[in-house]
Amino acid sequence: MTELSDTILLAHGGGGRLMSDLISKTIGPRVYSSAPALTDAAEISVDDCRILFTTDSFVVQPLFFPGGDIGKLAVCGTVNDLAVSGAEPLALSLALIIEEGFPTADLERILDSIGKTAHRAHVAIATGDTKVVEKGAADGIFINTAGIGRKKLAASLGFHRIEPGDAVLINGTLGDHGMTIMSRRQELALQSPLQSDCASLNELIALLLEELSDQVKFMRDPTRGGLAAVTNEIVQACGCGIELIEDALPVDPAVRAAADILGFDILNIANEGKFIAVVSPEAQDAALEIMRKHPLGLKSAFIGQIGPKQPHSLVELTTRIGGQRIVQMPYGRELPRIC
Amino acid sequence: MRLDVIQSARSDMEQACAAIGRLVQVMEVCGTHTVALFRHGIRSMLPANLKLLSGPGCPVCVTDQGYIDTVIDLARRPDCLIATYGDMIRVPGRNTSLERLTLPNVRVVLSSDDAVALARKHPDKTVVFIAVGFETTTPATAVAIRQAQELGLKNFTVLCGHKRVLPAMHALLSGRNDKIDAFLCPGHVSVILGSRAYESVVDNFNRPCVVAGFEAEQILMGLAKICRQIADNRPAVDSVYSLAVRPEGNPVAVGIIDQVFETCDGPWRGLGCIPDGALRMREQYTDFDAQKRFGIEQFPTEEPGGCECGKVLCGLVEPSQCGLFGKKCTPDHPVGPCMVSTEGACAAWYKYQR
Repeated sequence: MTELSDTILLAHGGGGRLMSDLISKTIGPRVYSSAPALTDAAEISVDDCRILFTTDSFVVQPLFFPGGDIGKLAVCGTVNDLAVSGAEPLALSLALIIEEGFPTADLERILDSIGKTAHRAHVAIATGDTKVVEKGAADGIFINTAGIGRKKLAASLGFHRIEPGDAVLINGTLGDHGMTIMSRRQELALQSPLQSDCASLNELIALLLEELSDQVKFMRDPTRGGLAAVTNEIVQACGCGIELIEDALPVDPAVRAAADILGFDILNIANEGKFIAVVSPEAQDAALEIMRKHPLGLKSAFIGQIGPKQPHSLVELTTRIGGQRIVQMPYGRELPRIC
Repeated sequence: MRLDVIQSARSDMEQACAAIGRLVQVMEVCGTHTVALFRHGIRSMLPANLKLLSGPGCPVCVTDQGYIDTVIDLARRPDCLIATYGDMIRVPGRNTSLERLTLPNVRVVLSSDDAVALARKHPDKTVVFIAVGFETTTPATAVAIRQAQELGLKNFTVLCGHKRVLPAMHALLSGRNDKIDAFLCPGHVSVILGSRAYESVVDNFNRPCVVAGFEAEQILMGLAKICRQIADNRPAVDSVYSLAVRPEGNPVAVGIIDQVFETCDGPWRGLGCIPDGALRMREQYTDFDAQKRFGIEQFPTEEPGGCECGKVLCGLVEPSQCGLFGKKCTPDHPVGPCMVSTEGACAAWYKYQR
């Protein structure tokens, strides 16, 4: 569609169209032996055991924010990528790139947070690496975590299983993480302070898969690019449209207010403790019941439906006043360095 | 959200449009309305013979290319620090944009205050605040200039690209597009100018002007009032945003604009030079005028070939009628400014309604 520009733009890392172009046209052909499935985690078979493998880097600014910090994010992000791929997370690696002059107290605080979050998610930090770079060569601290998980036997997830009529569910409010970071950065004085939803979803997802494994067809965590990016990826991959219902989208009023002030579309905003599940229509009520029993799924909701398979399928939104509009893949520049 | 209000506005619109019995073209002057119309899906709910035209009310879109090139030239100077609103960094000049240049001396700011703060923080650089926008952003620029003067800041300058909405509405009806039947006027600009300001449009051109905020109810109520006025052939100034918009506007804000700026003829992208359509800094603030400080004669103007932004801004064509739309010109690779700004007609069209 478009040529790569001479230099890499911030928008190339934003989780939108530019990033998917960069991956499919520039990175993919040079480094992958076969076309990557572009999933959150890759499946590797070792003898009879199916292992899922994933990696993620974290460069969020500010490092500490209401509801979390870069350390918690680094654990949750990788745990969630494994969990939505149908795996039980087993172990993570932890690589730190620290800028010269970084306060030791801050490092300790981040490491404590990593330890605590990993313990809660029942995942081991198994190996690691530490580098220190000259002042100016990094911004405080960057973290990479890679993770492996054991594929749950019953789980069979993938775009190929999605069918017209399937229900699209989410486990709670949209946009909390992205708007928390942005309102912090812009020093928005909001009456009720926002809080990131940063959390490990493996326990909640395990419950769902245990009860309804064959009815759950696809899951993904709407991080950068938000719900708009995930739903567009689904449409591109399976050829079916998606009909979202604006009235059904759970959004915290303070988050909505912050998004309105800063001019962001809540559908494009990042989440760090949410997952989208596509389930068969018969399983919708049971799935919501299971999700709502868990503390991370109290506000779970049905937010839309998979539409018919057509040549030019779109994500469409029925607005609160009954109008129709399409939801596009975000461009990618809206929120740099949110995770 | 009051669904009963929405329902009754819709049925009023249907009745009025049926009575009118011909194509009705209403221009939403402002980009914020353009986006709100798409976001709420309002375009999908209108009577078949009611057409909305996106107007020239997106600051980035009406900023001519010469101004952008001047900004890029200044950004290449190591002694300058450019303070700009986010949308401007992606607008292409003749060869490149601030985003593609990835220069270290370009900072995105959310307000003119931030630009003044930058100047205080970087005494070794001359901060150039890229001041674009209409009556909504002009008062803040004026305050910043006054503040810089009080602080005795020698390294704060403003590249003034501010424009005035009303002369553009007059210009549109004076030969550029006489098919516009009425204007849906922006709530935020009207808070400053007052609804009374639109009386000149009604008096001179017999076109209804209705002020509305950006909520779905207000937009629909505003459109319903417009349709009713046209059906009854009784054009008038009206407002469905009376809680915020007073007939006389905000005299304090108008006063500070007047203190710092004076009216001048100026280039609008797509509309050409509009008499009294722009603002320049008054003599006593020359020290803060980047154009004077850096000896910039005037902004040379040049439009990219094939780009129909000018016609889009006049409501003469819809974005999808431009040959570049969605092909050579996309939000990833914008050619014209209407594809850049989130409030630009082409970007909104591309995002919500291809």
